This record gives sequence, C-alpha cells and structure tokens, in this order.
Amino acid sequence: MHSSDHSAHHPALAHHFQDLEQQKDTTWLAMWVFLATEIMFFGGLFLAYVIYRSSYPDAFAIASNALNVNMGLGNTFVLIISSFTMAMSVYSAQMAQTGRLIVFLILTLILGCTFLGVKYFEYKDKFDSHLVPGRHFDFAYHHDPITGATLHNEHEGASNKPSSGHEATGHSKKALREIQIFFSLYFAMTGLHAFHMIIGAGLLIWLVISAMKGKFSKEYNSPVELVGLYWHFVDIVWIFLFPLLYLIGRHHHG
Amino acid sequence: MQSSTVQFLPEQASSFALQVDLLYLYLTVVSAFFTVLIVGIIIFFAIKYRRRSDADRPPMTVANLLLEITWIVVPLALSFVMFIWGAAIFFKMASPPKEAIDVYVTGKQWMWKMQHINGHREINELHVPVGKPVRLTMTSEDVLHSFFIPAFRIKADVVPGSYSKMWFEATKPGKYHLFCAEYCGTKHSGMIGSIIVMEQREYDAWLGNTKDSSLAEAGQKLFKTMGCVSCHSVDSATKGPNLEGIYGKQVRLQDGNTVIADERYLRESLLLPNSKLTEGFAANMPSYQGLMTEEQILQLISYMRTLKPVTTNTSNKTVVSTLAPAPQATPAAKAEATPTPKAVATPTATESKPSGSPLKSEPAK
Amino acid sequence: MSAHVIDSKPLIEDKVEHKEQENYLTAGYSLKSWLLTLDHKRIALLYLISITAMFFVGGIFAALLRLELMTPQSDLFEPDNYNKLFTMHGIIMVFFFIIPAVPGVLGNFLLPLMLGAKDVAFPRLNLLSWYVYIVGAAFTMFTIVSGGVDTGWTFYTPYSTSSSQTHVVPVVLGLFITGFSSILTGLNFMVTIHRMRAPGLTWFRLPLMVWSIYATSIIQILGTPVIAVTLMMAGLERIFRIGIFDPNLGGDPVLFQHLFWFYSHPAVYIMIVPGMGVINEVVTCFSRRSIFGYRAIAFANVGFVVFSFVVWGHHMIVSGQSVYSALIFSILSYLVGIFSAIKVFNWTATMYKGSISFDTPMLYVFGFQGLFLIGGLTGLFLAALGFDVHVHDTYFVVAHFHYVMVGGLVMAFLAGIHFWWPKMFGRKYPEGISKFAMILIFSGFNLTFFPQFILGYLGMPRRYASYPDEFQVLNIMSTAGGSVLGLGFLLVGVYMVWSLFFGKEAGQNPWKATGLEWEHTTSPPPTENFYETPVVNEDPYNYANRDFLKDFNKEVKASA
Repeated sequence: MHSSDHSAHHPALAHHFQDLEQQKDTTWLAMWVFLATEIMFFGGLFLAYVIYRSSYPDAFAIASNALNVNMGLGNTFVLIISSFTMAMSVYSAQMAQTGRLIVFLILTLILGCTFLGVKYFEYKDKFDSHLVPGRHFDFAYHHDPITGATLHNEHEGASNKPSSGHEATGHSKKALREIQIFFSLYFAMTGLHAFHMIIGAGLLIWLVISAMKGKFSKEYNSPVELVGLYWHFVDIVWIFLFPLLYLIGRHHHG
Repeated sequence: MQSSTVQFLPEQASSFALQVDLLYLYLTVVSAFFTVLIVGIIIFFAIKYRRRSDADRPPMTVANLLLEITWIVVPLALSFVMFIWGAAIFFKMASPPKEAIDVYVTGKQWMWKMQHINGHREINELHVPVGKPVRLTMTSEDVLHSFFIPAFRIKADVVPGSYSKMWFEATKPGKYHLFCAEYCGTKHSGMIGSIIVMEQREYDAWLGNTKDSSLAEAGQKLFKTMGCVSCHSVDSATKGPNLEGIYGKQVRLQDGNTVIADERYLRESLLLPNSKLTEGFAANMPSYQGLMTEEQILQLISYMRTLKPVTTNTSNKTVVSTLAPAPQATPAAKAEATPTPKAVATPTATESKPSGSPLKSEPAK
Repeated sequence: MSAHVIDSKPLIEDKVEHKEQENYLTAGYSLKSWLLTLDHKRIALLYLISITAMFFVGGIFAALLRLELMTPQSDLFEPDNYNKLFTMHGIIMVFFFIIPAVPGVLGNFLLPLMLGAKDVAFPRLNLLSWYVYIVGAAFTMFTIVSGGVDTGWTFYTPYSTSSSQTHVVPVVLGLFITGFSSILTGLNFMVTIHRMRAPGLTWFRLPLMVWSIYATSIIQILGTPVIAVTLMMAGLERIFRIGIFDPNLGGDPVLFQHLFWFYSHPAVYIMIVPGMGVINEVVTCFSRRSIFGYRAIAFANVGFVVFSFVVWGHHMIVSGQSVYSALIFSILSYLVGIFSAIKVFNWTATMYKGSISFDTPMLYVFGFQGLFLIGGLTGLFLAALGFDVHVHDTYFVVAHFHYVMVGGLVMAFLAGIHFWWPKMFGRKYPEGISKFAMILIFSGFNLTFFPQFILGYLGMPRRYASYPDEFQVLNIMSTAGGSVLGLGFLLVGVYMVWSLFFGKEAGQNPWKATGLEWEHTTSPPPTENFYETPVVNEDPYNYANRDFLKDFNKEVKASA
C-alpha cells in the first residue's frame, strides 16, 4: 500500500522514482555503467595504439618527439587542477554552499576551456606543419623521417635531399607511413578526448545555471557529483594519453 | 559429378578427406541422437501431459540435482571428444611434411596465379602429383581471399602483406573444384578454378614442359639487377649479412631476440629492412617497398633458398637450420651458389638432403 | 486506496477519451504524444513499428538473392548488385532487426511491468535510444537508395577500406550511431533492474526474462563500444588512407577481424539471450509449471556474459593465426555451448508432469526448441577445428546461424509477441490462422535452410552469385522454402494488424499466467503501469499454488 507522499515531493524527484534516495542511487549506478562503456570505447583505440607502437617503435618515437611536450605537460597540470576544483565543487554542493559551488564550477570550466584552447593551438600547429593525416600529410616538411631531426629550412624535406640516393625515398616512404599511423592515432585519441571535454564543459555550464537557480541542496546535489565523476574520468584518460603519446623515448633528448 | 543426383559429400580426394568425413559422421550421429531424443521427449510430454481440463493443477516442480549434473557432464564429455578429434585433424593440417613440394600461390582480384618451383606458371589451375604432399605458400596482391578445395577438405585465407601456408596430399587423380572462399568483391564467385591431380609420371612430364625460367633463376637475376649483390657478397664495401644458408637459419637480432629466417622474415627484410636488424650490422639496407611485385619477392626468396652455406665458419654464428636438416660440412659449393636449372626443377627437391651440396645436379626426373 | 493517474507529462495533451478504464494507448492520440512519449510502453510500440519495417526491407533483399540463386549462373543481377543484396540483407537484419527486436519491443514494454516499476530508470534516455536507432536506420536507408554497399555485413579490410567502390562511410557512420541506441538501452535496463524492483522482489524472485535482459544489457554495454571504435577507425582509414588495416599502408587486415569479432561474437548472444528469456515465460505458462532449474538458467546467463567475450577467434580459424590460439578458442566455444544446453534441457524438463496447452505461443516454443537445438548442435560442428577448416565460409555456416537466429530468435520473438499481444493491446489475434502461420514458418524455414547444411559441406562458398551446376537442386529447394517462409511472415503481419481493429477483446489475463504484468494490472495497462505498487512475496511461476478456476478471475480496476 504505497502511495507517493505528496507532501515530501521534492521538485527534482522524477515521478517514476519512489524517493530521492532511489533516484540518486539509480543515477549514480548509471554513471558508473556509462563510464564502463567509455573505457571500452577508448580501450579499442588504446589497443590499436599498443599494437602499432610495438610494431613500429622507431617511427612512433620519432613522431612522438614532434609533438609539443610543453603544451601537453601544461595541459596535464591544467586538468589535474581542474579535477581539484571539480572535487571542491562537489564538496561545496554537499555542504550546500551555493556561492562556493558556483565559483569552483566556473574555475573548473575556465580550466577546461584553457585545456581546449591549448589543444586548439596544438592542432593548428600540426595543421600548419602538415602533420594531419590525409592527402596533405608530410612529416618530411619539417622533420627528417629517418632521424626525426627538425629541419631548419621549412621547405626542405628529407625526401627532397638528393644525397641519400634512391634508397632514402623507399626508406622514408615506409617511415612516413608508420609516422602517419601514429598521427592518426594521436588525432583520433586526443580528438575523442577533446570531444569529451567539450561535452564536459557543456555539462559544467548547465550545472552553473542550475546552481544559480538554486536547484541544489543538501538533499539534492547528485548532478554535481555525477558530472564530477565524468570529469575525473576524462582527466584520467588524459593522464594515460599524455605519456603514451607525448613521452615516447623522451629521455634520449634530455 | 552429375547434376541430377544430390550428393551429401564431396569426393574424398586427399589424405584429410576421410578423417574430416568421419568426424562429420560422428558429429552428425551425436547431434541426430540428441535431436531425436529431445524432440521425442518434447512430443511425448506434449501428448502425455496435454491439458485435460482448465482445472488442471500440476504439482510443484521438484529439483533434481543429479539430473542437472548428468546433463552437464555428458554433453561436456561428448564435446571434449569433438574438441580432441577436431584438434587432432587441425594439427595435422598445420604440419606440412618436410618433403612437401612447394608451390607458390598469389591471389588477386579475381584470379589465382600459381608458380611451381621450376617456374611453370598456371592461372586458376593447379597441377599436382598424386600421393605426394604439396605445400602452398600464398599471398594476396590486394584484398583477402581464401584458397578452398572442397574435395581435399582444406582451405586457408590468403592475406595481403603476409604469407599463409597450407598443405595437402592428393590421393585420387582427377579434377576438383577450387573456390575463393573469402568475399573479395565483384567477381568473387568467379574466382574459381581446378586442381588437377595426375599420376606421377604424367605430372613430371607436364611440369617439365615449360619455357618459364625457374623461380630461383629469375630470383638470381633479380639479385643482381636489384643491387643485392653490392652488399651481400664477400667483397662488397658496405657489408650485409652473409646470405648463404639463410633460409631456415636462426638469425640473431640486434635486440637480442632470435628469429627463423623463413619466407615471412625474408619478405619483411626486403620491405622493412630495419625492423628486425641482424646483430652486428648497421641499418644501411634500403627498403624495396613499392619497387618489387609479390611475384618478384617470391622469386628472390626461391633463389635465397638455394644458397647453401659453404663451411660452418663462414657465417657469424653456428648455422642451425630448423627448416632443413643441418647441412654436412662439405666443401664444394662456391660462395655464390648458382643453381642449375635442372637441379632446382626436381619436383621432390628437399631443402637439403645431407648428401653434399644439393646444387649438384640431380638428374631431373 | 485511491488510484493515481499520474499526470507527469504536461506534453501529453488533454483529448483523453473517457473510457471505462484509461490505458496507455488512450492517454493521448496526437502524433506528438507518441513521438515525444516518455512511456516505455509507447516506446516499445515505436520500436515494434520500426523493426517490423526493417525486417520487411531485409526480407525483400533475402527474397531477391534467393531468386538469383535459383540458377547456377549469375543471370538475374549484376554481380555487384548481388553483392549489395547480401550485404544489405545482413546489415539490416543484424543491426536493425535482430539486435533491437526483443529488447526494444518486449524488453521495453515488459521490464518495468515485471519489476513492478512505473517506468525504466531514464525514460528520456529511452526515447533518445529510439531516435538514435532511427537516425542510424536513416543513414542506412540513404545508402541503399544511393547505391548500396557491397562489403558483406562483416566489412573485412582491406576490401572495405581500400577496394570497394560503394558507400561504405555512410553505412559505417549509421552503424556507429545505431550502436549508441544499443548502449543506452542496455545501460537503462541494467540500472532499472538494479534499482527499481518492487518491494519483496529479490533477485531470485525475478522472472527469468528479467535475468535475460540483464545479461543482454551487460553484453551490450561492454561490447558495443568496441565495434563503434572499430568502425570509426575503418571509416577514418577509408577517408584519410591512414593504414591501420590496409597492409599497403602498413596496417594489419587481421587486426580488423579481431576487433570486429570481439564485439560481433558477444552480439550473437545479445541476439539470442532475450529470446531465451521469452521462452522461460511462455513454457512455464503453457505447462502450468514452475521452471525447472531456475538458478541454473539464471547463472547460465551470467556464463554467457563471461564466455561470449572469449570465443571470438573461432570466426578466424583459417585466417593464419597460431594453432595454439585456435585450440583455446575451440575449447572455450564448446564450453559456452554448455550454457545453451542447460537451458534447452531445463525447458524440456519444465514440461514434465505439466498441463500443456497448444496455443500459438507454445507452438512457437516447440518450434524454437527443435530449431535452436539443431542450430546450437551445428555450432558444435563448427567448433571442431578440423571440421571448421572445411566448412568455414561455406553455406554450412549460413545454415547454422540462420537456424539459431531465425529458427531460434525469430521464433522466440514471435512466441513473445503472440503471448503478450493481449497485454499490449487488449485484443486477441485469431488463433486458427496464427497456428497455420506458425506451421508455414516452421516448414518453410526448414526447407530453406536444411539443404544449406548439405550445400555447405559439398563446398558451396558463401556470398556466391554463381555456382557449379551440381549445387542447383539444393539451391532450388532452398529458394522454394524461402517463399513459404516469407508467406508465413507476411501472414503474421496481416492478421496481427487485423487483430488491432477486429480482434476479440482479451480479458486481463487470458492465458492465466503468473507475473506482475498479468496479475496486477489491466490489459492494456495504464500509463503508470500499476494502480498500486505491487509487493512480491512468492517465487515466480508459482503455478502450483494457483487455483486455475478462481485465482485468475479477479480483475484489477481503478476505483472511482
């Protein structure tokens, strides 16, 4: 004999749930299950990366060294700090400190956008350097595909050098192909990650607006928690991506 | 094969066929037994326990752990037999005898090209002798294909970028279907041919009747024209590893691993020379990717298979060949082993019978 | 106890006809009330319409290709067009019919009812799932009308990435999108089962249909992202020529096969397990017995979840992988078969000392048992390595999977549709015609596909438009069977639609079945499913403790 008690009807309670607690438990479980699917999703790309890195270790090292490690490192710190501010948002929400909640959310948002901004410049740089796979891909535009050395003259590619003879062409063609595979995986993995960040940013904006409208309280703050889970997950994916993509064989170069 | 009768089995024309058919029989009998049993029980229950009145109230279901365990254990046991039997046949299929005749197959949309060791080429047809094992080494020039001979009960995928192998021993002269069994585009259903099994004498006659130069001869020419000779000979300035006895040799790599120099390794060395660099050598070899067709690669490899080691201390390490018995430490063959056409044309050429240099002309049969 | 007609959807408009009992069908007649519904039961019907349409399209492709195969020559269609026919038949049937059918229609409709809940955990996500499916289907339809795709539903590389001249990218994109429908549905169902069970409904009191949906959801959640990312990589390779799968660009074609089958093998369990769930419900009702071996069946589902992910290599026995990996995949394939065997035996044992009636749903169960048995047993044939080498990529495989998917799943789906039709619509379908249709389907099916076992062993490869003359007789038999099969399906469609308007009104529980959906709510149910939240205090299928003359006569009514 259960009828929903209208007097305790929280505005955020959806009608098919019995009470807020059930709703909270349900959405919490859903987010974890969703994150499991995300792991499988990224996992496929990570698998492809692992396989090709072990097949073409030299080409991958050379390609990796062409990435901007400073930007990547900077972005890593940005994300780690953003996870901290996100955790503070969750705490503030649980303590019903709406003002602090909004501040921390906005900070997280700013940091997330910083990450995306840096990513934009990184991608732009790759685009200008002919490092985007496809018809215009040309690692030799800026780098020697065999040694990875950066070329001083922008327009002097290794394939144009006559000194190595016809063998260099065959050799560097192979290397170029493998390097292109690296960059395909680089763009696929960081692109997918950036896409998730953009969605995260959207979720943060939604949270800020909701917080401003006073939607969150001690009883009801699970959206903040759930977005927090999502944000931390995206951060962790980057923690894996960064060393795998940016730091191959870096110790050789000091 | 008449088109009016319906057969259940293809002809049994290889040493595998009977075994596979017997396994089929076992599987069919077991399955038929269980199908009849369970369907029979269902029908029996349906009749015996049909509803007589709407007031029927059957008793509580009683658990029966013993029954449940039985019908888990018995199928498991029967499955295990299926597994073992299937695995045994599979093992045999994966173990070509050492004395197998080699034939090289290239699949491309939408035809099959066969090359016998002596150079005799065929398109969409493969002549083989009866009663002798034949080993096919296959690759594709474009997309996936699969070489399927129903009468022999054997198939193997043909993969671009690598070699796959398959062997059989035909047991009955005749003409048998060859099908491509991996979808490959427009004329996939047209990528068919015949396997023609002949008596040994007829086969030898057929085989010798060719104007094509042997694979190894063609390979020898390529060895010069492609520039291999400039590094892989005794007196070259930039040294590459000595290729005598290379085929089947255990090669020590720069990273400490060892590999067997089989067709895959040799092909990879041509296309990706620095991926498995031999220990003690610099990464100087250029890549031949895009500069050679698959057929030319096969010819070079055939040639390299004829290069036998001169003495045991010529090479870097002890010559240990796992694909062929270790050659005797006989003097004889020169550094550049030049095979005579006839010798290599021997259909039953083994890698090296320990009888001195196999490059001594054995009488062509 | 007052009844609540919970007005939670301000979108659904006013024009409610005042019948004696308002139900989910009458709670709004506008198009908007259907296309923007949050009611899981309406979403189930949206799925029903879509998957039926897709089944019809896929069936037409099948009919056309069987027509071609009546003659040994490739004379009805250009080879390229024939290749498109079997590809589109496979893609539509696999991704747009079989995978979504039982979860989308029966799962959606029944899950909250069986759990005693008002809806699934995330109704809006549920609606989104359907729209995502529709968008994915739209891409595929676009591809069909703009020239089709000819890669085979398996998209093997490098043919699909580098050689095919057809619209691979739109199809791959469409499937990528459709995958999310599957993932979201799985997520929704899984969470619903965990968190929204009625009071007293413990895990081991759940109907086995719920266990099946639960297992399916886990597989959907874990497996589908992998095919999504695989198709994404293949699509990118086709556009940008990047070389993950094409050896000419440094890639590995067999890697594609591993990634593809890592999902596609578990996918076949996404297909069949919900059907098995249906069988549990129907066989118990029409034998009037509790299921034999409840826990064994429940745990067999868990077994499927685990083992389905470790057998993918049995699709690749001849691809050149190591003998040792082939051995492992073979033995694991035999082990996974045991779970199916347990279920088939248990269903048979459920009939023992029962009171068996031969209504149409039960006839489909009989059909399922026989045909799934054959399909499953021939799976054991295929798991034997030496045997598989011969029949891989031949019609033997085609016959095997049609036995399990059509003889198994489609029969189970039809059993479920017929069983729950009165619940969904408050109407009965015509029993005589339905039995006749079942006979047509059963016999047509066997005539179509049994000869294909023989064809396959004789050596006829898959995906062939032309074939040697000696295969013709069996091919003609197969096509003839196909026409009977198609007729049967058409007949079902016709009388089911007819029944919506002219069928006899069913009572609340015409089958006298146990279960919350039958005993605790009306046919059709109200939008909020129950007038009062049920409390569960007995095991499922408790037929032994029911008085068949008295207990099923009460009708749930909303009090004034």
